[in-house]
Amino acid sequence: MAAPARKDAAREAATEARLAAMDLPKGGFTTMARAAALARVRAAGLPSKRDEYWRYTNPAELTVADGPEAALFAGQVEPQLFGARDRLVVAFTDGRFDAERSSADLALEGVEITRLAVADAVDLHWARDLYGALEADGQQPVVRPLAALNTAAATDGVLIRATGRAAKPVHLVYYHESTTSDAILHHCIRIESGAELTLLETGPAAARFSKVMEVDLAAGGRFHHVRAQGRDHSRRAITHIFTRLGAGSQFKSFTLTANGVLTRNECVIDIRGDGAVAHVAGAALGDGATGDFHHDDTVFVTHDAVGCESRQVFKKVLKNGAVGVFQGKILVKQGAQKTDGYQISQALLLDEDSQFLAKPELEIYADDVKCSHGSTTGAIDDTALFYLRSRGVSREDATALLVLSFLADAIAEIEDEGLQAEIVTRLEGWLARRRKG
Amino acid sequence: MLEINNLHVKLEAEDKPILKGVNLKIGAGEVHAIMGPNGSGKSTLSYVVSGRDGYEVTEGSASLLGQELLDMEPEERAAAGLFLAFQYPVEIPGVGNMTFLRTAVNAQRKARGEEELSAGDFLKVVREKAKTLKIDAEMLKRPVNVGFSGGEKKRNEILQMAMLEPKMCILDETDSGLDVDAMKLVADGVNALRDAGRSFLVITHYQRLLDHIKPDVVHIMAAGRIIKTGGPELALEVENNGYADLLAEVN
Repeated sequence: MAAPARKDAAREAATEARLAAMDLPKGGFTTMARAAALARVRAAGLPSKRDEYWRYTNPAELTVADGPEAALFAGQVEPQLFGARDRLVVAFTDGRFDAERSSADLALEGVEITRLAVADAVDLHWARDLYGALEADGQQPVVRPLAALNTAAATDGVLIRATGRAAKPVHLVYYHESTTSDAILHHCIRIESGAELTLLETGPAAARFSKVMEVDLAAGGRFHHVRAQGRDHSRRAITHIFTRLGAGSQFKSFTLTANGVLTRNECVIDIRGDGAVAHVAGAALGDGATGDFHHDDTVFVTHDAVGCESRQVFKKVLKNGAVGVFQGKILVKQGAQKTDGYQISQALLLDEDSQFLAKPELEIYADDVKCSHGSTTGAIDDTALFYLRSRGVSREDATALLVLSFLADAIAEIEDEGLQAEIVTRLEGWLARRRKG
Repeated sequence: MLEINNLHVKLEAEDKPILKGVNLKIGAGEVHAIMGPNGSGKSTLSYVVSGRDGYEVTEGSASLLGQELLDMEPEERAAAGLFLAFQYPVEIPGVGNMTFLRTAVNAQRKARGEEELSAGDFLKVVREKAKTLKIDAEMLKRPVNVGFSGGEKKRNEILQMAMLEPKMCILDETDSGLDVDAMKLVADGVNALRDAGRSFLVITHYQRLLDHIKPDVVHIMAAGRIIKTGGPELALEVENNGYADLLAEVN
């Protein structure tokens, strides 16, 4: 449960060492929020593997002052994911805004976009109210000091306010070109009443990447999020999504992770308005033969309104010593009647060296709710494999088809069929490369 | 076509003998039926011939058109012309029926050194064959066997058979779980594929399927061996008298 981080000298020293190595931005509209976040970091201290929610994932490489180096991706370059779509691109290279790779004009009908680093020039009331606010709320009942550190230290990011139906998706593209980059980005997204936005994110971003995204949905707002975290093998990433849902709003997020030595994706969902819907899904593929792979999904859903639906669908395919972690919780507060909460986490282990660690939790204080959770770990189904092979499909191709079959439920959480198809094509590519090797 | 000699098989996991010397010879263009009580080894025979894991052949051989089968992988046997219609077709969520069919057809063509079918050509052929089996476009789009009724699953097996054009078809209790109309539809599908270069082995509990798919030869299997072989009249005898008389006769 909600164990506050223990006060101890070692933790304090590690926290101060990390802060001392950082150049914390000062001034501007985020000053107060950053100072408060810094206080939260110091109060909680940076996480260690002794903390309950870091038991399965050692945070050392995420907290150490100098992050480990990460080799640049040396494999075959694929066409950019979502690159053929009509979309507005905001690019960051190793955490720095990359104007050349971004759309010439960051203007889009139905949407206001400003970069965090230049936002002081304009007076954005909504962003001042939002920056760090959902992150601060999300520190209860479980502290998330790395998210607070991000709020205190973020150098850039995007501030997006959707006031209508966005004419096309906004695509955040993260390039990684330095072996030692340590990037910290913080995005704030406000979806006004009845507005709608699709946000795409792709790319590894940096040798070490910290990202917080706060998504505030007003009544009836709709937010679709599809991200792919890039194929770099030795990158490390800690990401947080904090979202607050107003009445009748809809939040849908899907993440594809293939490769990455260490990834922790946290998603903190706070359902405040009646009749809201939140779906979060992920497909992760890791092959220890091409570099260590440790992937952690940590999700916390709070139901604090009537008649809401939440859905968590997480699937991991692991081989050659890859490790998958899932920590998922549904908290239904008193009065959150007619809640429909669902959670499934599943791992497909392609050999006996890989590992899946799952910690599903339900905590329910309302009496008229429907909540279920399930977690399974299994191998490729022998009968299905034989069925495909008996039709002439080779063992390797049959295995690839069954991997796609296993991931299908997570991919189906992406609403747009075109985006679904692009994700599937990526998966097929990942599987095909492993067949040749 | 298919020749099985003195085949002895045990379950790998349990060290339990299942087949105890099966001999079977099916000529080109012939339809053979195997009947027998539960647990006699009928399904095991179909699995061993098509290459399923979990069985150990302790003695004997099986060959298809002179090619030794037992050393081949299941996909190699399929490419050589063997097809097994499953008693319980497997559901594969997330993989479209059409994708599955095309992957299978092209894998076999590739294995035989033939050119792969283009998407357009494939679509044309599959639509035509699906139509005769009353498989609609919707069923082709859905994930393999997911949400299919019992009859739809069996029709889908026959569609795969029609698309793959195998030389030796084994039908494992294809009639189980089918109503009369569905059985007729499946039988029509099978009959449409009968030709001089293609043979069938029909495994069934009941004679009724054999009213629709007329066999040339009927075998009775019990306790891991074929205990009697005859013409279509043997199936009628079983239908009328059960297996007891036949078993007693042999014992």
